[in-house]
Amino acid sequence: MSGETQRMTMGKAINTGLRHALEGDPKVLLMGEDIGALGGVFRVTDGLQKDFGDDRVVDSPLAESGILGTAIGLALRGYRPVCEIQFDGFIFPAYDQITTQLAKIHNRSKGRLQVPVVIRVPSGGGIGAVEHHSESPEALFAHTPGLRVVAPSTPQDAYTMIREAVASPDPVLYFEPKARYWDKGDVDTSVFGTDASRASLDAAQVVRPGSDVTLVTYGAAVHVSLKAAEAAAAEGTSVEVVDLRAVSPLDTATVAASVRRTGRCVVVHEAATFLGPGAEVAARVSEECFYSLEAPVLRVGAFHAPYPVSKIEHDYLPSVDRILEAVDRLLSH
Amino acid sequence: MDQQTPAAEHVAESSAHPTDAQMIQLLTPSGERTAEGGSAPYAKRVAHLDHDALRGLYEDMVLVRRFDDEATALQRQGELGLFPQCLGQEAAQVGSGRALAAQDYVFPSYREHGVAHTRGLDLAQILLQFRGVDHGGWDTEAHNFHLYTLVIGSHALHATGYAMGVQRDGLVGTGDPDRDTAVVAYFGDGSTSQGDVNEALVFAATTNAPVVFFCQNNQWAISEPTTKQSRVPLYRRGDGFGIPGVRVDGNDVLASYAVMDEALERARSGGGPTFVEAFTYRMGAHTTSDDPTRYRSRAEEQSWRERDPIDRLRKHLESEGAWDQGWAEQVAAEADALGEHLRTYVRALEAPPASSMFDTVYASEHGTVTAERAWHAEYEAGFETSEVAR
Repeated sequence: MSGETQRMTMGKAINTGLRHALEGDPKVLLMGEDIGALGGVFRVTDGLQKDFGDDRVVDSPLAESGILGTAIGLALRGYRPVCEIQFDGFIFPAYDQITTQLAKIHNRSKGRLQVPVVIRVPSGGGIGAVEHHSESPEALFAHTPGLRVVAPSTPQDAYTMIREAVASPDPVLYFEPKARYWDKGDVDTSVFGTDASRASLDAAQVVRPGSDVTLVTYGAAVHVSLKAAEAAAAEGTSVEVVDLRAVSPLDTATVAASVRRTGRCVVVHEAATFLGPGAEVAARVSEECFYSLEAPVLRVGAFHAPYPVSKIEHDYLPSVDRILEAVDRLLSH
Repeated sequence: MDQQTPAAEHVAESSAHPTDAQMIQLLTPSGERTAEGGSAPYAKRVAHLDHDALRGLYEDMVLVRRFDDEATALQRQGELGLFPQCLGQEAAQVGSGRALAAQDYVFPSYREHGVAHTRGLDLAQILLQFRGVDHGGWDTEAHNFHLYTLVIGSHALHATGYAMGVQRDGLVGTGDPDRDTAVVAYFGDGSTSQGDVNEALVFAATTNAPVVFFCQNNQWAISEPTTKQSRVPLYRRGDGFGIPGVRVDGNDVLASYAVMDEALERARSGGGPTFVEAFTYRMGAHTTSDDPTRYRSRAEEQSWRERDPIDRLRKHLESEGAWDQGWAEQVAAEADALGEHLRTYVRALEAPPASSMFDTVYASEHGTVTAERAWHAEYEAGFETSEVAR
């Protein structure tokens, strides 16, 4: 354990990453609703306005398109804005600015202009919330060229990936699995600014090795996938878990290498399966691993129904049982 | 008489075109200097413009109109896919544009050819986009003139954010005229209905950002008249946001200059944003694909032709004895040269290589783009090989 390693929650890891980014570059600034004195509704920006001032930790008017549009202007002036969208379901007023402007200005200017804006989105379900507070809209953004879309699953990745996202010359959507904010882990804050740490925005990693089935997952669903792998091991099935970390770009090489070994693949995410990121993974796996597959690629995700009332949300989200059911189907093929 | 509610009063004000006295005006449609009532304080802002400067503004407007005519002709000849004219709006654009300082920054809509000219762009660069060979076409930082934004009103927020950056750079209210910086968002009457423009007004007002919202009310958002966008005159849109508003005769180049000069001064000195409504007219079609005969009358167009901004300044120069035939011929020759330049330049513009679509999707390497680029190169190379084989 290095001297810079501390045990902390994922929320604190992001907070620490933002603090270090603000310390490291005077052009970095945070924008969002209630991120100042309150520290954000999840307290992810706790204490930052006090230490960096209200010019750098900016409580914005309650207007998401306004936050993104002004962030683009600030980026064009040489700043590196990190925007907080309070909840996943409130990103849509900003959807136009993100997809028609933020994603395209670098391309529109033939590379002359850069818009290094980070959009932090507390995302996903499982916290018993009301409508619009539990969604996983990442596919909509991964479908848009010009955006990078990432989701950490551990405190260490949360720290490293927010630092790398802020340093990236490209716009990055950073989906924070809000149900995992309170998970604790060791965080080495020296993991930043190297080729290996930069890969956290591009490269999947095998987080549990196995030989019978590959679970491909990211963000909040990594946790439930690991639990499913544990349960499968108890029944004698060896499950490998690949954490994509990025939905755009998609690291198909790491996924394909795993599936060529296991011959079976299940994609697990909280987003709906219909036209979700898993559909793309399944297509890539069928192209690249056709002769290694023992069974069709399966997906476990949300249904093609609006996020349900919280009393039944656990029937909507991928669960250990639904993942094991998919694993069993593959093995009995 | 019944006491009118303020709202009813505004509606009454909106339903009729303002009289000349209801706008800031320094040149009457017949070319006489005026400075009545509310216009009086603005006269001093153009007092330094001597005959040479006025001839300069005339020359600007003639060149911009020639650009419009040539680009329209090139579209009709099939050399351009589309073109949006700024015909009729030259005074609003040239007047306001010539009030800008070098360090000021402009976020245009897509009809700001006159402003582009005042920012020193070779106007031919605007046509790359309409030729279909570039989504932008110029070096924004060389001219402090952002690329055209086609999604209506989106750039009002970019201008506001940029102005928030200028504030953080400490370039507001220093008192140094070469450093204090203003940012301008140019947009039209239709844009004022967009959420983004209204959000920009909120952000600009609450942050006191050094930004000017320059709205050219050209009366038509494609086929919809301004009455479809607003019940109050557009210059009053700023009221509820706490942003001062002013309506200027947008066909009067001097008044457009003066009103912009005041708004820029307010922004640069730390006085915050201004909403300017330049009351003008889109004398051409929305774009070369539009057909205004379907929604507006020839009589209306004719009434605006009588307010033509270039004729107005010419009459003024003549009445001042400042019209010089030799100079006028030089301007005409310059316009001819611009026309020739545009025709030659545009016809020589060729499609970029297909692979260029992958070049600047991201500023850093992105695996999906890298893989698709490689696949595409291999696919293209396959054709070359089979042609050789044949």
